[in-house]
Amino acid sequence: MSATMAPRRRMPRPARIGLYVFLFTAALAFLLPLYVMVATSLKPMEEIRLGNLFSLPVKITLAPWAQAWMSACTGLECGGIRAGFMNSVAIVVPSTLLSILLGALNGYALSFWRPRGAQAFFVILVTGAFIPYQVMLFPLIRALAAMGLFGTLPGIVLIHTLFGMPVMTLLFRNYYAGVPHELFMAARIDGGGFWRIFVQLMLPMSLPIVVVAVIMQVTAIWNDFLLGLVFAGHDWLPMTVQLNNIINTTTGERLYNVNMAATLLTSLVPLTVYLASGRWFVRGIAAGAVKG
Amino acid sequence: MGANTVLSDLDLDVAAGEFLVLLGPSGCGKSTLLHAIAGLIDVDAGGVEIGGKDVTWADPKDRGIGMVFQSYALYPTMNVERNMSFGLRVAGVPKTEIATRVERASKMLQLDALLSRKPAQLSGGQRQRVAIGRALVREAQVFLFDEPLSNLDAKLRTELRRELKALHRDLGATMIYVTHDQVEAMTLATRVAVMRGGRIQQIGTPGAVYARPANMFVAGFLGSPGINFIEGAAAGAPAVLGVRPEHLALHPAGAGHPEAEVTLVEAMGAHEVVWLDLQGQKLAAIAPSTGAHQMGDRVGVRMALDRAVLFDPVSQERIEGPAGAFQARWR
Repeated sequence: MSATMAPRRRMPRPARIGLYVFLFTAALAFLLPLYVMVATSLKPMEEIRLGNLFSLPVKITLAPWAQAWMSACTGLECGGIRAGFMNSVAIVVPSTLLSILLGALNGYALSFWRPRGAQAFFVILVTGAFIPYQVMLFPLIRALAAMGLFGTLPGIVLIHTLFGMPVMTLLFRNYYAGVPHELFMAARIDGGGFWRIFVQLMLPMSLPIVVVAVIMQVTAIWNDFLLGLVFAGHDWLPMTVQLNNIINTTTGERLYNVNMAATLLTSLVPLTVYLASGRWFVRGIAAGAVKG
Repeated sequence: MGANTVLSDLDLDVAAGEFLVLLGPSGCGKSTLLHAIAGLIDVDAGGVEIGGKDVTWADPKDRGIGMVFQSYALYPTMNVERNMSFGLRVAGVPKTEIATRVERASKMLQLDALLSRKPAQLSGGQRQRVAIGRALVREAQVFLFDEPLSNLDAKLRTELRRELKALHRDLGATMIYVTHDQVEAMTLATRVAVMRGGRIQQIGTPGAVYARPANMFVAGFLGSPGINFIEGAAAGAPAVLGVRPEHLALHPAGAGHPEAEVTLVEAMGAHEVVWLDLQGQKLAAIAPSTGAHQMGDRVGVRMALDRAVLFDPVSQERIEGPAGAFQARWR
């Protein structure tokens, strides 16, 4: 005869309802703008002129999307946001690779080799992460111009790499701090030098945190506006800057549907990155925290 | 190391083929000494010689050593075979030679079925064997062990301990082994160096260190249950008598021996540890497990004074001279 089980603890009804109401409201607050954007981008201008912001499109049209992509005007040119997309890709890929590589190298050197002054160097580096970009803009412009890199693709890649270093170094140093030091000692006894241990041992072990770093850097660099505006030069303006140009260029009527479509196109990349790898993001953070 | 001096004025000579155990409590500097020998820590003064060669400033890989760590320290992204051959690949040893050495070591350690597994797929004992195999393939002159059995459960520990002893017998290599477990020290060592506070308290064969400890710390560190210390005097000066539990014999009360009351009996299976209160002093005695002693019994205690040792209470060093001269000072 089994003993009477204690009744399962349940939240009282009013509290449960209150919780759901809160969650629903919060979700609404985030989803409503997105809904408005998607709905507006699928409406023809006649419907938008009617002024009903929240209504579903009566006649769904993809023309605004095509226009945003190929023929919207970004200032004097009317080539759509497509050029900006290619520029953003050309900026994001090398910047992500370089900043992650350098961050990993820094974190590895600081964690295991601990050269003299490593602590001071690390503090200075991380402090750099807290200085607002705006403070450093003008000196950087002068420096890049002196190097002949101002307004070039290598220039903007260099800038993004530099600004990404503090956070990436912090990320990797903390990850490597969780790797047992005995592993490093064993590799040194086996004859591994600085580069071999990094490439053959540490990098393969870093996969979870590399995924986290990639997600962070891709979204940060893709979404960046200020640095792209200042340093990329006219030929390499990223998608975010082109978007701003589209929205601010009016030839008569404001084409809200095209603007909405352009905005959605710009945010597709980071959105896809999150949706595809959000699971890995959580796994990566957890793997860094608890080392087996 | 930094602002702390962990080891000072330490001289150690290890003969070829011997199994030297560095024994001591946490923080005594034994691991520091091992890492200094390995070259993982730089020495501030003095030097290290291995096989007649001065290796004080040599890289760990050039010292002719192999090392086994407490946490196995296996490379997690590589399988067993690549774990064991990593050092050889770094050194540029030809592939055929690598294959031969890995095969020989894996046979010796019963790892041949596991060569393609990753460390995460191995048990604790298997991982430790791989760690030992990784040191073996280097065909080093000196093997360094940093508390290799501490992470294993008790049964596995005794099993691997015996395998290590057999390995030493088969290889005949010099082995330096760090542990805080005095059982490992007693069973494995050809010589034991007991350390405390960065200094070697005594070096000798396990038997010598056990039977004739140089000071009270060494006496108390070896043996389980620990040695009994009795305060008293000898030849007019204060002295402390150290007598081991196995050298106390329990007789029925009233036979002329000093009387004590049994305070606790610990049944160990093969024998019993009987805790006594002898006129204010707490002693432990080992008795056969007949169940003859119960809490509260009064017994007579006879001590084998020829096996006991005298210590100076101030310096804690051993005093030479027969223990028979000892007069206990009971409270």
